[in-house]
Amino acid sequence: MPAQNPITLDPQTVQGNGNGSTDAPALGPACAACPAHHAANLKRLGVDMADWDYVVALAGNPNTGKSTVFNALTGLRQHTGNWPGKTVARAEGGYEYGGARYKLVDLPGTYSLLSTSLDEEVARDFLLFGRPDVTVVVVDATRLERNLNLVLQVLEITDRVVVCLNLMDEARRHGIVVDDRRLARDLGVLVVPTAARQREGLPELLQAMQEVATGQVHLRPNRVHGEPPALKQALQQLVTRLEAAYPQLPNARWVALRLLDGDERIIQALKQGELGSLTRQAVLA
Amino acid sequence: MSSPAIPMPGSIGRSPDPDVAPPAAVEDILATAQALRWEVGQEFHERLVEAMYTEAARLGDRAVTRPGTEPRFDLDRSIDRVVTSRRWGFPIMILLLALVFWLTIAGANVPSAMLANLLLDQAHPALKGLAAGIGMPSWLSGFLFDGVYLATAWVIAVMLPPMAIFFPLFTLLEDFGYLPRVAFNMDKLFQRAGAHGKQALTMTMGWGCNAAGVVATRIIDSPRERLIAIITNNFSLCNGRWPTQILIASLFIGPLAGTSWLAGAISAAAVVVVALLGVLLMFAVSYLLSRTVLRGEVSSFSLELPPYRPPRILQTLYTSLIDRTLIVLWRAVVFAAPAGALIWLFANIHVGGDSLAGHLVNLLNPFGLLLGLNGVILAAYLFAIPANEIVVPTVLMLTVLTSGLVGQGVGAGVMFDADAAGVLTILKGGGWTLLTGVNLMLFSLIHNPCSTTIYTIWKETKSVKWTTVASLLPVAMGFGVTFVVAQVWRLVAGG
Repeated sequence: MPAQNPITLDPQTVQGNGNGSTDAPALGPACAACPAHHAANLKRLGVDMADWDYVVALAGNPNTGKSTVFNALTGLRQHTGNWPGKTVARAEGGYEYGGARYKLVDLPGTYSLLSTSLDEEVARDFLLFGRPDVTVVVVDATRLERNLNLVLQVLEITDRVVVCLNLMDEARRHGIVVDDRRLARDLGVLVVPTAARQREGLPELLQAMQEVATGQVHLRPNRVHGEPPALKQALQQLVTRLEAAYPQLPNARWVALRLLDGDERIIQALKQGELGSLTRQAVLA
Repeated sequence: MSSPAIPMPGSIGRSPDPDVAPPAAVEDILATAQALRWEVGQEFHERLVEAMYTEAARLGDRAVTRPGTEPRFDLDRSIDRVVTSRRWGFPIMILLLALVFWLTIAGANVPSAMLANLLLDQAHPALKGLAAGIGMPSWLSGFLFDGVYLATAWVIAVMLPPMAIFFPLFTLLEDFGYLPRVAFNMDKLFQRAGAHGKQALTMTMGWGCNAAGVVATRIIDSPRERLIAIITNNFSLCNGRWPTQILIASLFIGPLAGTSWLAGAISAAAVVVVALLGVLLMFAVSYLLSRTVLRGEVSSFSLELPPYRPPRILQTLYTSLIDRTLIVLWRAVVFAAPAGALIWLFANIHVGGDSLAGHLVNLLNPFGLLLGLNGVILAAYLFAIPANEIVVPTVLMLTVLTSGLVGQGVGAGVMFDADAAGVLTILKGGGWTLLTGVNLMLFSLIHNPCSTTIYTIWKETKSVKWTTVASLLPVAMGFGVTFVVAQVWRLVAGG
């Protein structure tokens, strides 16, 4: 089921993207943009990640199949288990696709980003401070509503999101039909239906990740607004100050919200300069 | 390789980082946030969360079409109704465990004997012969083949078959989705013990490897409950100890039943009893800790029961063989080879009329006998601190040395060929009784964690104090339990 891309594609950028394969130079732009072509060229790099062009984070609720997606793309055999909480630390692996090298980071499952436990903090810190080029949120198609809470929270932090609508096979078995195109329109990001255990939809996922990583798609994520006027004003004040101090901060509104909430971890991060360059280095190391 | 022609906002396109804010700006931001917090009021957070949940519900509702009629029969729910029921939950759990052990014990016998025959009966004399043929000095061939090689071969023969059966079976259960149901069944008990319900999950991880179980405690949010889970994880029998349990049970407990098929079942039952005793001790120690030094509230959590998924048999076989069996076996071999060398040296360096090993065993013997064990077993546990896997081979080797059963081995420090019957002969020659077997099984359950686990505990807690507690508490308990069992046993049986 190739995901019909609901987001406006800029034809110029599609053509400008090289297909990355040196031994097949005669391919036209249509071929180069075709998922089938790149999928054949997927090179699983395992832990060999000497240098990479893009960092991709895999986030999602517990037990939605993040590690299965991770294994399928990197060729690693990170142990997967059918229970929530399997991944407690982040695992890293790499793959090459369309001529670019991607570093894939498998994060522990988390229900929210307002977390208290160590494994959830690992996930949140990476999304917030690691600034991945693409964040793939793996969601369980059979429990969409609950999973969307996390998607909406991730969208508060970053625009560069691909929703991987996983476990489509189980949804089908239960007779649940998910309209991925409507969901993509509503969320304003790419949505790719997959069944990672059967490797279904992975070529389309790779393609979507590439499009977001290279900036080929313009994402207009839907954000929850409608806060009371007093809060709106308070946020505005803080966001102005944050943006002045950190011109590159992509998620000033979220940081401002957390500061208003008195989130110790974020206050610490500010004090210790983690919001700036420090974590960048920690992530690249 | 052509590079994309468009400017990329990704990592390689990033300019040197400009976003280091001066401390004054940070202070200003924090002060502003502090002041504004009073203005916006307390409930804004709840309202935002509520807005988000409403939005998620709305989007989900728009995208999902459910079948018009409820399915008449939901297999998952029907299975859950049985395996997590009050009446059947625990019996099914115990039966499944017993079945796994029985399959392991029954299946491992033949390949174990074959491996012992190949590596010990055939290869070992051949290697010795070869060494003699090329004129290798006898001390060197003794050191290499009677020490290093035999210890390694023994570990492989004893451990590989049971692991190659046990791990895939256990992984299949895990893949199927059974472990969260175990956690669900145990949750109430852990709560009553003042511990976190998720400790049931870290416990089942510990059945694979305690170091992994200790790392898995990261899923527990409260530091207090996490510490309890770390300290008590050692009561989950780990894969270094399963083979010891299985071997000793089939040597000493199994024969109590007459017929051979019943012997296998009895042995499996004995291993299950020891494993359940471990769970019981985990509850007891958690209870005591949470009532004394680690007092506090029990936190609640929600545990999601995942759908049952048909396990992918071939992939499970592959990953559990490669990732678990071979890695664990490799670890055992890495520790067994130097241990074999060390034991050979201990057995062949003589001071004051006896070997070093003899001195050590004699020193520990009175205390060992008090515990219903013996000096050999305690010495073996000293050698096996790096890896529990080598306890049985070390016990056998030291027994041969100190009981003067020279006929079995060839000179000091030789680990002899041994199938199950041979092992039993040796141990009985070393003065072992049923009590020794039972207490070895108990001590194998209740003693200090291996050095890898101790190191992991320190890494996770960063506390010398709690690492020490987690290391010494179980061994002290082990001494206590075996002492009491030995005294009562001797009182009743007169032995």
